[in-house]
Amino acid sequence: MSARTSLSAAASPVMTATGLRRSYGERTVLDVGEIALHRGEILALMGPSGSGKTTLLRLLATLERPSAGEVRFKDATWAASPPTVGPSPGDLLSWRRGLAFVSQNPVLFTGSVRDNVVLGLELRGRAGPGAEAAVTRVLDDLGLGALALTSCLSLSAGEAQRVAVARAFVIRPEVLLLDEPTANLDPANVGIIERALVAAVGVSDWCPAILLVTHNLFQARRIAGRTGLLVAGRLVEAGPTHDVFGRPADPRTKAFVEGEMVF
Amino acid sequence: MFGVSSWSELGGIILLSLAVSGTAVLLAAAAAVPLGTALGLSRFRGRAVVLRVLYTLMGLPPTVAGLLVYIAISKQGPLGGLNLLFTPAAMIIAQWVLVTPIITGLVAVAVEERDRRYRETAAVLGATPRQTRLLVVREARPAVFSAIVAGLGRATAEVGAVMLVGGNIRGETRVMTTAILLETRRGNFGDALVLGLVLLVIGFTINSYVHRLQVGKESGR
Repeated sequence: MSARTSLSAAASPVMTATGLRRSYGERTVLDVGEIALHRGEILALMGPSGSGKTTLLRLLATLERPSAGEVRFKDATWAASPPTVGPSPGDLLSWRRGLAFVSQNPVLFTGSVRDNVVLGLELRGRAGPGAEAAVTRVLDDLGLGALALTSCLSLSAGEAQRVAVARAFVIRPEVLLLDEPTANLDPANVGIIERALVAAVGVSDWCPAILLVTHNLFQARRIAGRTGLLVAGRLVEAGPTHDVFGRPADPRTKAFVEGEMVF
Repeated sequence: MFGVSSWSELGGIILLSLAVSGTAVLLAAAAAVPLGTALGLSRFRGRAVVLRVLYTLMGLPPTVAGLLVYIAISKQGPLGGLNLLFTPAAMIIAQWVLVTPIITGLVAVAVEERDRRYRETAAVLGATPRQTRLLVVREARPAVFSAIVAGLGRATAEVGAVMLVGGNIRGETRVMTTAILLETRRGNFGDALVLGLVLLVIGFTINSYVHRLQVGKESGR
């Protein structure tokens, strides 16, 4: 693995994936080397549809098991071993409670915006009066203050996506996995979410590691510290965003950042 | 006009219909909602076969349900000693047999559909398996309610089962559908139509009530 196709950085990471591969029958949809997520950093992963971006997030979130390789997080390992081996139910719960996952099409539960945002805290038994201020602050950060009591059934796509982001934020997870969180949104909603992400990594008593899957290379350039390009399940380029855009090593990356249709 | 000789007799028929079908559906829901929820949430070998049998039973003809209950409660049947034949209790049992698979099947489908949609979201929100199941079931509540109402519709509208095991005895087991049958045979189409109209009005009222409940839920708090 060359230096430019490894998404590891020097400091000790919060979550690492090593030799991660996922196949469905004969077809391998993901085969990446090493990926490390660091607190306080936004790592953007670009790539066309079907390049394995969502599969990677699902593996990191333990929603799918790797076919080979492993993920390490919170002293536990999520590996290709048979289901009898691997994290205990308690470790699995603590793994999932250490991260938050925002999908492209958020699934909201029946109830108000506030009900949804507070849900993660409720499930952790942390929703008491002490959490009120935190919930209100997150709602305000994502421009949802006025909608707090609105039913989630009557939200626009942009509002619903902001609720999903707020629901993830209020937990203050160590790792935030975001799957195209701003796809199909208008610039105003994109701006709100991007500003919230940038602000989050700067919060000293939180400082999450963010893995942002995006189609949008401008978004990667705007807010990511490191960027990788995933093509057909493989990382063809990875490194500091500045370098990936300024001096791309792989011809496909060069074509992609220059705006050509490469996929 | 009325072949059913008085308005008070008509009132009795309507009340008996509602009492028989209402009781049957309440008892059916008590069994079917937990059963359907468990089926919707669980994965086990043979589940597909169980569901296929259930879907078949959802289409059970009322006369077949009536026949089975008739055999069970007739003098020589296993429950013959209870002397239930041609009583409202027999009609309740027959409608229970008819309606329980319907509510179970509808609840199972509703819960399974929500399970697919909400399970992963709940899991990555940090829900324990038990919390996940509770969230899924909570999302299915409106559909569970609709399933019960569908069961009530089926029960109030059916005629074959209550005819067989109730016998359409005047003042005892005559309900709206069996009365319609009788009045039509007698050529009293006016009376039959009035009874039919009452049935429709009852159905409309129940559905309006359910619709209002569901719309109220969706518009939020």
